[in-house]
Amino acid sequence: MSNLKLCDVAVGDLESIQLDITAGEILCLSGPSGSGKSRLLRAIADLELHDGQVQLGNTEQSALPGHRWRSAVMLVPAESAWWHETVGEHFKGRPEQLLEQVGLPPEAFEWQVSRLSSGEKQRLALARALSRKPSALLLDEPTANLDKDNTQLVEHWLCDTIREQKIPTLWVAHHEDQIQRVADRHFHIENSGVKEQAVTS
Amino acid sequence: MNTIDLSWWQLGIAAGLVLALAACTWLAQLRVGRPLLIAAARTAIQLALIGFVLEALFAVGSLLWVALMGFAMLLLAGREVVARQQYRLRGGWSFGIGTLSMFVSGFTITVLTLVVIISPQPWYLPQYAIPLLGMLLGNTMTGVALGLERLTEGARKGRGEIENRLMLGETWQQASAQLRRDAMRAGLMPTINAMAAAGIVSLPGMMTGQILAGSSPALAVKYQILIMFTIAAGTGFGTFVAVALCARRLFDARERLRLDRLSP
Repeated sequence: MSNLKLCDVAVGDLESIQLDITAGEILCLSGPSGSGKSRLLRAIADLELHDGQVQLGNTEQSALPGHRWRSAVMLVPAESAWWHETVGEHFKGRPEQLLEQVGLPPEAFEWQVSRLSSGEKQRLALARALSRKPSALLLDEPTANLDKDNTQLVEHWLCDTIREQKIPTLWVAHHEDQIQRVADRHFHIENSGVKEQAVTS
Repeated sequence: MNTIDLSWWQLGIAAGLVLALAACTWLAQLRVGRPLLIAAARTAIQLALIGFVLEALFAVGSLLWVALMGFAMLLLAGREVVARQQYRLRGGWSFGIGTLSMFVSGFTITVLTLVVIISPQPWYLPQYAIPLLGMLLGNTMTGVALGLERLTEGARKGRGEIENRLMLGETWQQASAQLRRDAMRAGLMPTINAMAAAGIVSLPGMMTGQILAGSSPALAVKYQILIMFTIAAGTGFGTFVAVALCARRLFDARERLRLDRLSP
């Protein structure tokens, strides 16, 4: 189980970002919209040109081919894309347990993608990502489209899974109360850098 | 059998029809009158010029001049491929990829057809080489242009899907497979449709020309079949090469989708 380490990462307006996320830790990142949170996640997943180093354990980002890096350091975007007809075709196998954990019935595998609500898409996107057993997680507002009950359900499930599987996680969040519920540490984007904030837990 | 000669005043009657059409489009406020007349004038001037060039080329008939003519046609076709793209790769890549793929397919297949199939003496006899190359390049150009257009547009519109696939750990080949398939299909469809409809809906231009020029329909048909098949091969392989190269260029060494390499 390894940590996710950012060393002098620069992308867009952000400069020399240093973060070290230990295995099983949830590090929340907040900041005004347009401050570059999503771009930073894209840079860590190596989908965007950037400066600086990212390491997973002892493995440098550049030491792995792009697709191998991304299957280890998995980004779940705020808006997920679905390209097949039905939900099930996007999964390898039928991880019914995962669907249950995000509050969806096993029949959801047969659902038409075109009829999914934004909340269902978001929960399914999380299940799809977790079903590929990533070594690190980058979550971009994973509960933005969920109602109160489902937010709670997904938060619990994510926290349990992340701690159980010892996944270092960078979680972009908007709401202070969510940050207080899930974060081990919290950083806020200020003046092109990140500043640590207090968390109650 | 001799072809009936056409004099310039007889062409003038046909030109009168275009003028009448232009007048009608002007009355109907279609705003295509100007482009129509300019295009008609270009047809007349360009074909007259190529007539002179071909007369001169046929008189000389040396390999050097035939080859030079061939390369000039290739570069013009490459330019035309670029001109038909709404989004092209920066830094001349679209021109390079278009020209290279047409060279690989159109040129090679023309030479193969000349040397192995038709075998005129000498094999580069301009009466055969130039029209054959022209037909192949013209059609390959269309296929390559359509294929590249679909690819670049599809990459822009399908960015969310492609990048989400990459996020899930797919390789750039997997993430772009559907897009590349669509692009190749788009490049091949006109040729497939043309072959399917040949002789039923339309009499192909070359065959019509040959018959008008006094060939027997049986021979004209054989040439037309030959041309159709070589065009299909040329367009197909050209589109394959162009789409493969352009797709590769849309991703970088880190398998990122690089839409910034496209210019609007």
